[in-house]
Formats: sequence, C-alpha cells, structure tokens
Amino acid sequence: MTTPTVTPQFVKPKALNCPNCGAPVELRGFAHTLNVVCPNCHSILDASTPEFTILQTFQRKERIEPQIPLGTRGKFNGQPYQVIGFQVREVDSEGSSYSWDEYLLFNPYYGFRYLTEYEGHWNFVRVLSALPVELNTMGKPAVEFQGRRYRHFDSLSARTNYILGEFPWQVRVGDVVQDRDFVSPPYMLSAEATPGEITWSLGEYTSGKQIWAAFQLPGSPPAYYGVFPNQPSPYEGKPAAFWSAWLWLNVALLAIALFFTMSSADREVFQNTYLFTQGAKTEAAFVTPDFELTGRPSNVEISIRTDLNNNWAYFNFALINEDTGQDFDFGREVSYYRDSDGAEGKPNDSVIVPRVPSGRYYLRVEPEMEPRILQSMSYSLTIRRDVPSNAFFWIAGVLLLIPPVFITFRASAFESARWRESDYAPAVKSGSGGGGDDD
Amino acid sequence: MSAPAANCPSCGAPVTFRWSSAVQTTCEFCHSILVRTDVDLQRVGEVSDLPPDASPIQIGTEGIYQNKAFVVIGRIIYHYEQGYWNEWHLVFNDSSNGWLSDAQLEYDLSTQTKAPPQLPPSGQIKRGDPLQVNGKTYFVTSLTRARYKGVQGELPFQYFDKTILLFADLRNSSGDFATIDYSEDTPLLYEGRAVEFDDLHFKNLRLFEGWS
Repeated sequence: MTTPTVTPQFVKPKALNCPNCGAPVELRGFAHTLNVVCPNCHSILDASTPEFTILQTFQRKERIEPQIPLGTRGKFNGQPYQVIGFQVREVDSEGSSYSWDEYLLFNPYYGFRYLTEYEGHWNFVRVLSALPVELNTMGKPAVEFQGRRYRHFDSLSARTNYILGEFPWQVRVGDVVQDRDFVSPPYMLSAEATPGEITWSLGEYTSGKQIWAAFQLPGSPPAYYGVFPNQPSPYEGKPAAFWSAWLWLNVALLAIALFFTMSSADREVFQNTYLFTQGAKTEAAFVTPDFELTGRPSNVEISIRTDLNNNWAYFNFALINEDTGQDFDFGREVSYYRDSDGAEGKPNDSVIVPRVPSGRYYLRVEPEMEPRILQSMSYSLTIRRDVPSNAFFWIAGVLLLIPPVFITFRASAFESARWRESDYAPAVKSGSGGGGDDD
Repeated sequence: MSAPAANCPSCGAPVTFRWSSAVQTTCEFCHSILVRTDVDLQRVGEVSDLPPDASPIQIGTEGIYQNKAFVVIGRIIYHYEQGYWNEWHLVFNDSSNGWLSDAQLEYDLSTQTKAPPQLPPSGQIKRGDPLQVNGKTYFVTSLTRARYKGVQGELPFQYFDKTILLFADLRNSSGDFATIDYSEDTPLLYEGRAVEFDDLHFKNLRLFEGWS
C-alpha cells in the first residue's frame, strides 16, 4: 500500500503516566486521541495536552471487563481494526433501564468504526458522510438511504455510564445524546444529536460468531436473547415462498381432481322405483336383483329419491357380495318438512360406499316410516359405480394450508417481537394465549 | 508540472515549486513562510510548530481520484472546538488544484467552484437548512468556527491570519459535499464529494508503528 520515499519514518504511539495515580497510559489512537481513561484509576485525561490534564475522576466500585479487551485487533471488510475505546450506555424507558456496550475501533488509514452489543446482538457501525433523506409518510417517520427505506423504530436519550480506553472526541461519564433509530434489517440507521450536530451512522447486524471470528476470540460468543431491532428475520421471504408453493400445489391438486373426475366410470348399474306402505302385512325388507360391479375397487353411490312431504323415512341398506357374502351395512334417514316458514331437510339423499371390490352384488333394502300410521311413499333407488368424489381433494386442500399458515404466523410473531420494544409497540394487548377478556 | 527553483531568502536552502500557480510555500528547513513575487521569494513570516498530527497523508503523498493522478503539495491545519482537521492542497496532473479534507480520517475531496450570488450570508445560514447550489440540493450539516493552526508547503493564496473563520458544510443523500468559506467578503464555494480511503489509491503515505 505504501511506498516510502527515503527512510521510512514511523508515527509512534504516545505513552505517558497518569497525573492522578502515576500508572502508565498507552495511546493507540496516535494524535487522534483527545480523551483517554487511565486504566488504573479510571480518571479521564485530556490527551491533547502534554501534561494529560485530568478532566473527570470517577469512582466506581465494580470494574466492567469488555468482552473484547482493549488493544484486540479484528478484521472487518478486509482491514484490521483495533479496539481502542469502550463505553457502556444506558437508556431509561418507562421506569426500567437497559444498557448496551459500545466499542470504538481504529485503523490509522481507514479511521474509526464502532461495534455495539446488546444481549448477544452485535452491530458493526460506521459514521455516514452522505445524508439519509427523512420521509414522513402518513405520520410514520421513515428515512431513505441508498435506495432502502428505513422505518423509525425508537427515539431515546442515551447516557454514557462507563468508559475505558481512548476517544477522538470529548467524552465524560454522564454525557447524554438524543438518538433516533430507523431499521431495515439487517441495517439500522441512527441519528445521534448533540446540541451542535447530528451524526448519522449505519449499523449492520453481525452475529456473535462473526465477531468472535473477526477478532479470533477464544471460546464461543454468548447466546443472544430476544429479537434485536435490525436482526434479520429467519422467516424473511418465506411466507411469500410458501404461499406461492401452496398456489402451485393447488393448481396441481385441481388438475389431479379433474383427471379423476374425467377418468371415473360413473356408470349406473341399477335403477328401480318402489312403493312402500307402512303397516302393510307384507315384509318391508327385500333384495334387489343382482348387478355387476366391475373394475378396480372403487366407490358405489346409492341415491334415494322419495316423494316424502312433511314426513320422514328410514332406510336400512346392506350391499352384499353374492359370491363372498361380504356385506356393507349402512342406513340413511330422509326427512322433508315444509310450512309457511320454509323447508327443512330434503326428500332425496345419497350415500357413497368407498372401496367396493368388483363382483356380483345385490342390495338389501328395509324402509321404515312412522309406525302406527297407515301411510305410504313412493321412492326410487339408483346405484352408480365409480362416481367422482372430491372429498379427498378438499381434505388435501385444507392440509396444504397448514405450512403456509404456520410460517406466516411464525414470521408475524417474529416481527411482533421485534416491534414490541419499539415506540410502536401495541399499546394494550391481552396475553398471546387468547385469555378471552371481552369487555 | 514545473519545478522552478529558488533559494530561501532567510536560510538559503533551495526551494522548489511543484505547482506553477502556487502563491506561497514554506521553507522545509527554517519554516519561513515564503510568498512568490514576479522576481523572487519574500519571507512574510514563520510557521509556528505544527500540532501533533496523525493523518496518514503527508506532503508528497500521491493518489488517483476519478482517473486523475494528484500529488499533495500543501496543507492548512485548522483548529476548532473538537480538535484539528487538515485541508490537504492537491495538484492534479492537469495542473488544476483541489482540497482533500481529513477530519478524523473522514475524507472529502473538493475543488473551488464559482459561487452563485444568492449564497446566504454568514448570519443567515443555519444548520439543517436546505440549499440549492449550482443545480444540486444540499442540507447544511454543520457550521464550524475555526482558526488557522498552521500551514505547510504550496498554497494557491497568501497566508493570512484571520482570528475566526466560519465554514458551512453542505451534504446530501448522494454523497455530494460542499463547503462555503466565509473568510472573505464574498463567500467562497468548494464543491466535491465525500470519499472513501480506498477511492483515492494513495501512495507514499505515512507509516504507523505497529501498522505496517
């Protein structure tokens, strides 16, 4: 990268002793460093003055050890960066407070970058020199940057709680900045406002694994909790893909259903008309003449048409194989009532017996009507072999709905979890279990 | 690029110019500020010690920007509330000049352009204001009050010591950058772009201990 002209002269890092406690203080940011924290007594020193003036001393009993120690180098976008500063920032929101860690990274040619970490979620952040465009579409603030639209997530004020290392700007414990975050996973745009300036930065969601690999840290990164504002959804694009697959499967299903309808024999094998009289001396039960059922095992449909009117009848059926004696028993009630208010039931009915093997069959029929009343009905029986049936396809259609509905539900649950922490969390929501609090 | 040679009127050391249009330079040896006249060099002052500086750029650093080679021939160091920043004076291989600003290793490259007469005067410009300049829309991102902290090498104008200088930085969403310099009666305009380190294909940079 560099071709030294004469003898290479190196810019050397400065080192001095803390005027408060005497401990050696190393500077990794060369002359960029404006403020540095004494690693021993935690005084904040002015590194731009030769005497390292003390700017702030703070006593804090517990020491916070950054997960990535100061001085560690890691590679990002092919360039090495060194951790030179660390701060813990805190946000108070509705009575509870939470804090996150911020690492300052430095490369003497490429400049400064940041890493933020909250509950195992990491972001690699850089300050932007181009300005995002603020939009306000129907009251919902958003920004656009390089062709991407970012939705406003939250506005908060962040307070610096703890600092280590060095910074190229003035830093004190207790500093407060106003921060607005906009998300478009895996990216986040943040506008940090101090009284004098607004600084936009762009963060990219980075897994703990990538961070550990970049810095070659020992062990494995701590697991993350919850959903981070710009964490990419594991379901990203999946609902659309599943619904499109569902659509195509339905087209295929329809084609198969159509094929079966067209290829079913749907043949009438028996038809006759009878008269039944309740209370007649004759035996009600009778058998039909034989009929032939041919082809692969398939269904048989028995249709009943009656002239019932404000009456009911019950039919006991047995479809009996003449050769093997195998029988299929079933019954059907037909009722039809009609008055000035409307009609109930139907004078006709049909029943499908599935998977009847081929062979010679007859039907045993035993009609019944309201006893104690002398009455009669006329009815016809039609038996058809291999009629088209769409029931299977309806069931398949419903079953096919399960994966896309499930994935859509999961995707939306992930998004709900993301936005629950935002300024746009649903205000009042009964528990997700559906407690049923109707008021 | 011409390199007319002369001698420092103060210490006699040879003084070379890399840019024929340079108005002023500094003597590398005695740090005199030398102004070029028709006949000779005149010493107008002396540069005080430059503040410690960690810019990777130095006089003599070369680079290529948008297929045009340049060399760094001078610099102005400004001091403001947040520290220092460098304006590196560049001369391109077509003899035009430009400025590479390096503020905490964030780089902007600009050249002086014709300032339209309707530029807002210093008292009427506010941070956040949108501004139309030479067909581009910008927003005022910062107003910086600064003072000269030092000069080095060849500059296109004569060093002058104004106590406080006001700069308005303008930016937009496509990475355009402009500065309005209110140090003269009529504001000066510089237009360019925010640039990445890798955009400039540098050679002959400074070296940092532990980073080579």
